[in-house]
Amino acid sequence: MSELTAERTVDRSQMQVSDEVAIQITHMNKWYGSFHVLRDINLTVYRGERIVIAGPSGSGKSTLIRCINRLEEHQAGEIVVDGTELSSDLKNIDKIRSEVGMVFQHFNLFPHLTILENCTLAPIWVRKVPRKEAVETAMHFLEKVKIPEQANKYPGQLSGGQQQRVAIARSLCMKPRIMLFDEPTSALDPEMIKEVLDTMVELAEEGMTMLCVTHEMGFARQVANRVIFMDQGQIVEQNEPEAFFNNPQHERTKLFLSQILGH
Amino acid sequence: MSDTHFVRNQMVEEQDPPAATTGVAGWLRENLFSSVSNSILTLLSLAFVYWLLAQALPWIVSPTWHAESLTECREIIAELGYGGACWGIIRERWLQFMFGFYPAELYWRVVLDFLLLAVALAPVLFTNLPRKMLYFSAIYPFLMPWLLWGGTIWNPIVVALGFVIGFYAQRLLKPSIGELAATIAAFVLPIIWWLFVAGPVADALASVLPLSIQAVESRNFGGYMLSITIGVVAIALSLPIGILLALGRQSDLLIVRSLSVGFIEFIRGVPLITLLFVASTLLNIFMPPGTDFDIILRVIIMVTLFASAYMAEVIRGGLAALPRGQYEAADALGLDFWMAQRLIIMPQALKISIPGIVSTFIGVFKDTTLVSIIGLLDPLGLSRAILADSAWNGIVWEIYGFIAVMFFIFCFSMSRYSMYLERKLQTGHR
Repeated sequence: MSELTAERTVDRSQMQVSDEVAIQITHMNKWYGSFHVLRDINLTVYRGERIVIAGPSGSGKSTLIRCINRLEEHQAGEIVVDGTELSSDLKNIDKIRSEVGMVFQHFNLFPHLTILENCTLAPIWVRKVPRKEAVETAMHFLEKVKIPEQANKYPGQLSGGQQQRVAIARSLCMKPRIMLFDEPTSALDPEMIKEVLDTMVELAEEGMTMLCVTHEMGFARQVANRVIFMDQGQIVEQNEPEAFFNNPQHERTKLFLSQILGH
Repeated sequence: MSDTHFVRNQMVEEQDPPAATTGVAGWLRENLFSSVSNSILTLLSLAFVYWLLAQALPWIVSPTWHAESLTECREIIAELGYGGACWGIIRERWLQFMFGFYPAELYWRVVLDFLLLAVALAPVLFTNLPRKMLYFSAIYPFLMPWLLWGGTIWNPIVVALGFVIGFYAQRLLKPSIGELAATIAAFVLPIIWWLFVAGPVADALASVLPLSIQAVESRNFGGYMLSITIGVVAIALSLPIGILLALGRQSDLLIVRSLSVGFIEFIRGVPLITLLFVASTLLNIFMPPGTDFDIILRVIIMVTLFASAYMAEVIRGGLAALPRGQYEAADALGLDFWMAQRLIIMPQALKISIPGIVSTFIGVFKDTTLVSIIGLLDPLGLSRAILADSAWNGIVWEIYGFIAVMFFIFCFSMSRYSMYLERKLQTGHR
């Protein structure tokens, strides 16, 4: 198992889970045509939780978190984010999207805009923040992800790891209350994975509510307070990381863990 | 097996490339004389270029600018013993080639109009100019027809008001009736205004405060001025209409999508010349008797529709080339549809489509020569009248050559501009 964050100890003092519900998913189902991708998903996320979602490819993990900000539409059941129910009402969708940040596997930075413009665009146009203030916020978060000197470059001039950190900064500029990570390190070279994970650990240390689809089990063990294992569109097992890794219950989980931790 | 073990103990310093591959000599060697066959081809090509110039140049530099007729030309050429072209006709007729039968005392209006066109276009084409100039670019579309056709100033003003109505309809109605209904209202209300209200309002205002310049009728328009007027208006309008059609074609709304697809496929399936015949003859049959619907306006509408359909398909290609992640990132940040289109999708899709868009522009500009078939006096239409002039009977090459060179200048500038734009918008790898 890769212990990518081993060089530093994770500071857990700010990582407190409150009783307040951030996301409530009940009996949610989704189909692609006649293919049943998500089956009866029930999940409650409390504010301050760091949840890692793992599972084999095609198990519906990405689809699940993409339903939370309506990049995918669910057909049955209920998703409530921050007290707002996701329905086809565009106002609710826009409201939720501006509260929920998302980081993608392929970064999805806007290649025609500089790093700084990538970060200030949504605050200026969606939140109507004055430009000067938006630039200050953007520089603050770019410093946080340790690349303020790249602010006037274009995404194409940055390495993959730097681009992903910009993507994280871009999401943070909207001051989201929840962050979704969709395999943020899967498209990166091994040397760059660590810099992105470090940024995510810092975010967790500040008490951000996080849902991460990832294969980085070291990250899951050290940062997550809950690991969810999915297979065939359903939640098969969930537990605290220690118990999840050391004592998996479901046969599918055992098989999965033996496959990925076996070498 | 000690061969498998290697440790570098000194790193290799950076060095200059060999001298033979740099500088003029290096360039010549690499590009013109890299092998025996390449050298032979280079020499053959040079010989061919020389032969071509030797044939064409004496014909072109023929000193016949002051000739008054073809006979006089021939005398000059016979006397000198070289030359061939008879340029006197261009000197005699160039004003007509430029302005058609536009009143000579009003040429300044056309010249001013096209100078202002350059001023209005500059900030659009070159983003390093002051952004405030764009205000003039916004006014220009209403100023341009007024300067050309003349008449009361209230006409362009009431037309401009239609756009203001559309803008505020979207703004003010959005909170109460929702985004989609407000967008529809923003399209429908201005159309109602233009069709039924604008005319009487303009007349009323003109009778209260008659501000007008001398009117010029459409049948006096001609030459390059006509080509440029039709071309520029069709080019400028086809881009936004094409964008809307391309978006309509991708829409989730069935009716919008079907209308867009139907329009694009119909227009693309019909030759432009038939559309022009519809404009020149058929439309009159459907109009209420006595309506005076300007022929140039009709032609401009047809050419614009034609160009828009092609433009829509070019832009659709650009849209299709964008990765889905760009839409998702825009959505995830909470941008609404129009913001995402304006800030994220279109800047990239249009950039990808620049070569196709400019090809369409060039095509539209050249297609304006088709209006000569329905009797408008564009340069080609004029050339027929000039060819029939008894003093110049028998001249062909000079006139068509002149027309071709003028079109080439316009089209080549567009092409160079598009290359400049592509280079400027290059921001590294996608």
